[in-house]
Amino acid sequence: MSLIIPFITGLIFGVGLVVSGMSNPANVIAFLDLAGNWDPGLGFVMAGAVLTFGIGFPLIRKKQGKPLFSTTFTLPTSTELDRPLIIGAIIFGIGWGIGGFCPGPALVNVLSGSTQGLLFVASMLIGMLVGVYRKS
Amino acid sequence: MNDGFDYSSLIPSFLGGVLIGAAALLLMASHGRIMGISGITSRLLKPKPGDIDWRISFLAGLIVTPIVLKFSTQIDMQVVTDVSTPALILAGLLVGFGTVFGNGCTSGHGVCGVSRLSRRSLVATVTFLATAMITATAFRLAWGG
Repeated sequence: MSLIIPFITGLIFGVGLVVSGMSNPANVIAFLDLAGNWDPGLGFVMAGAVLTFGIGFPLIRKKQGKPLFSTTFTLPTSTELDRPLIIGAIIFGIGWGIGGFCPGPALVNVLSGSTQGLLFVASMLIGMLVGVYRKS
Repeated sequence: MNDGFDYSSLIPSFLGGVLIGAAALLLMASHGRIMGISGITSRLLKPKPGDIDWRISFLAGLIVTPIVLKFSTQIDMQVVTDVSTPALILAGLLVGFGTVFGNGCTSGHGVCGVSRLSRRSLVATVTFLATAMITATAFRLAWGG
């Protein structure tokens, strides 16, 4: 059971990406490209997600002493605005602006039949690998 | 703004967003984890014992989405990109490295972090959104994409 829930969670997330149109990079670029035919869609996706998690998260923490299958809620504790945070966000933003893919929408395209999606995911994994081993 | 824009498309945008938020709630309630896709994925590249199975399970659910949708609803996912192969590879490398270096992407910082009013996530989200807008606009003006 403890492994079925993450699976269902991944599926709900994936369906959310498809329903919202965010699995298609053209819709993401339509939001990011301010000189084109601007589409506010991505803003509404973020609003729906932030409202839902923003309302639900405090309720879960209050009602549930601990998660169902873990002893604690694992939350980031750092509050420091350090250089890696900013530089990483800039590098990510450049890549996102070029391709219109961020990690979730890229991964939901692994089995969609898009060779471009697959190519992006392979490159992204190499980039992550470099990041992970550079950090340690 | 686009004159011919169909505003009714914003309804599925919002509802899809609600589903994304609901998924994040489910993972928090069950495993106490932030649903950040870059972190869930990248930490499998240097796995820690005891912290592997839920990540694989989550990613499996995410990856089978197109197949489940195809057989249950006949939805065929549309993927349209005008980006050249070299540019797409460059974009992938930057997204992979940047999200690991900056500790999060659109889901972890953008959805979960912003909802929790995390200072780091708010700054990261404004930074990557602004950078992505500048890049997307400049890139497509330059190449006329």
